[in-house]
Amino acid sequence: MSPEDASEGLPARILELGEELRREGVAVGTSEILDAFEVLREISWTSQEDFREALAATLAKSQEDRRIFELVFDRFFFRSVEIAASREGIREGDLAELDELSESELDALRAQIAAAMRDGDEGAMRDLARMAIAAFARRQEGSGVIGVDVQRIRRALGLRAEPQPELPVEDPRHEGLPRDALRRFEALLRRELERSQIERTGNLPPSRPLGELDRALPSGPAADLAAVHRVVTQLRRRLATQGMQQRGHRRHAHVDVRRTMRASLQTGGVPVELKFRPRRPKRPEIYVLCDVSTSVTSASVFFLSVLHALHDTFRKMRSFVFIERISEVTDIFEHERDFKVVSERISTDAGVADISGYTDYGRVWSEFLVQVEDELHPRATVIVLGDARTNGRDPRADIFAQIASRAGRTFWLNPEPKLYWNYGDSVIAAYEEFCTAFECWTTSQLEDFVRALTRPVISAGG
Amino acid sequence: MNATPPPGPNSVADVTAGLREVGYLPGESTALVSYLATKLGKPVLVEGPAGVGKTELAKALASYLGRELVRLQCYEGLDEAKALYEWNYRKQLLRIQAEATGTGWDAVQEDIFGEEFLLARPLMTAIASEEPVVLLIDEIDKTDQEFEAMLLEVLSDFQISIPELGRVESRTHPIVLLTSNNSRELTEALKRRCLYLWLDYPSLEHELEIVRLHAPDLSETVARRLVEVIGMVRELDLKKPPSIAESIDWARALLLLGAQDIDSDTFMETMSVIVKHRTDMDVVADRVGLKLGSPAGDVA
Repeated sequence: MSPEDASEGLPARILELGEELRREGVAVGTSEILDAFEVLREISWTSQEDFREALAATLAKSQEDRRIFELVFDRFFFRSVEIAASREGIREGDLAELDELSESELDALRAQIAAAMRDGDEGAMRDLARMAIAAFARRQEGSGVIGVDVQRIRRALGLRAEPQPELPVEDPRHEGLPRDALRRFEALLRRELERSQIERTGNLPPSRPLGELDRALPSGPAADLAAVHRVVTQLRRRLATQGMQQRGHRRHAHVDVRRTMRASLQTGGVPVELKFRPRRPKRPEIYVLCDVSTSVTSASVFFLSVLHALHDTFRKMRSFVFIERISEVTDIFEHERDFKVVSERISTDAGVADISGYTDYGRVWSEFLVQVEDELHPRATVIVLGDARTNGRDPRADIFAQIASRAGRTFWLNPEPKLYWNYGDSVIAAYEEFCTAFECWTTSQLEDFVRALTRPVISAGG
Repeated sequence: MNATPPPGPNSVADVTAGLREVGYLPGESTALVSYLATKLGKPVLVEGPAGVGKTELAKALASYLGRELVRLQCYEGLDEAKALYEWNYRKQLLRIQAEATGTGWDAVQEDIFGEEFLLARPLMTAIASEEPVVLLIDEIDKTDQEFEAMLLEVLSDFQISIPELGRVESRTHPIVLLTSNNSRELTEALKRRCLYLWLDYPSLEHELEIVRLHAPDLSETVARRLVEVIGMVRELDLKKPPSIAESIDWARALLLLGAQDIDSDTFMETMSVIVKHRTDMDVVADRVGLKLGSPAGDVA
């Protein structure tokens, strides 16, 4: 099937989709668009799954891109369909005629939804979402704000991820519903609500670009640890291979005369094959200081899991957490593999807050210097994770400078966007003179940092 | 190997059925992308965690299409000589030495740069092959960028030029699969030329089917239990989560032991099949082993 025979507007739609993906930062080149047309010739565009997969295979070339693609694809085709529908005057209204449900019917609906979620039955979930909306539209006026309505319906249906032991064992809700399915169902509710809103008003709300939130690191207090971990696993794999990779880049190796001579015996004394001396990059020794005070609560979950990952990779590494004073947590990290236990132990045992619970950088630096003074050397790397908010106390950049001068490299990871640096009590400028500061609140920023960290330490000789 | 390779697939369903026949159960997107690859002749970049069947996919495709599989295993420091072709120095040297002193340089040169002295490496083999092949470039992320750049040329034109011999063009169109564990970002240029396929751990039902296929004698209940446990283990933060191959190994081990159910004792005994790190074993024993409950029936 060639794009010309396909429905009239399809090629234009694909171009628009590509355009929209580009706006969201996915690198879609002309060659990708051409590929997309080529694959659409091979598959039937009437099967939605095939259509989506085929486009994804040509347009989104990494897992992250794929995630953005899913979001954009859903939004884009939902909107296109709605535009067409409202132009043609097609509505789907029958379900709204539903009579008010009795309490027992509602219970049946709840159980059905729970069962559909357990089975991951997408079609059933969509139908049930529409029924739920119709049922609740009767019972109470919608608030008009879609997000509020979604939550209201979800609460009224009693859909929760937590186990509900009062229900019988065979009920899927007894064990708690899978979070993914819950999210899926909420998305369906949202979409159906949007659809009916569009039908009512007859036009589309303006399209918004994907929020930075959708891609930013999950950093809310209830942040999904799993999401953080996915990022960190990636990071761990990179760290594990990075050292090796650098080896390949050094092309100017020294010829190993001995081994070359020996090899030449095979070819009658003609040194046909040159043997090189292997060069082994030196793994850096790392010291990490991590702020766990309240001002960085949301970020510290993330930081701690980064720390956790680093521990897996670097043999020689010492970690400290601090608020008012510092406490070494290397042991905890080395002996405990599970992240949750680590963070619990740190919050109970570390004993880093004395009186006020506010960060005291001056004291932290001097304590750190006392503890590791003898160990710091030019091959050591010091990493500070913190927001550099001193709560009005003396930053003592002079001590920090001492640390930085003893260590080979010093990095600072700041969880605040650069915009907020040096506002209020943030004194990052004072420290920035002595170290390389990174803002670090999205995954790509984290990757920049990892790249800097794993760049081989330039050492004399070797 | 079939004498006459079957004609290429005509639909996604064909590919699914064909791959199933050779013992590989593809997911929906896997079948679709494989189908597109055979149709369009575009290389496929397959990414995903270790042990989800990336390499297996290539093998299955090869046996389904009745083609030979040419495999290039990438590693740190892989260079053109190891991937494309190399002159057989030793043979050439011998040739020169054996040559009577009277022969002129021209004659010798004609001689020692012939096909006889060429060592074909995987890429060369794949391109020069008479029959169409499946070319698997495994773990492309382990090589360096220079190699990737060289690959671009091969993948887009399917030809290799050898200065002394001329150009070797592909007579047939190989299906190319590149796999990556995503340990480094591949270059845009390479991605641009490929279709992209992300393989993840299969869903519970899918994995159950895979396990049942490879260990058909294992009872349904044990197999289901096994897959559930594997799922639980993968949820944990491990150094090396169990792969599909390990689920299959475990299923076979249980079959050998004649296990009727997976209780905590059986689990502790056979755990080493799926978990391969000292520290991981502690975590798994802690988190999963205890949940399974003690053997039903025998009260000690």
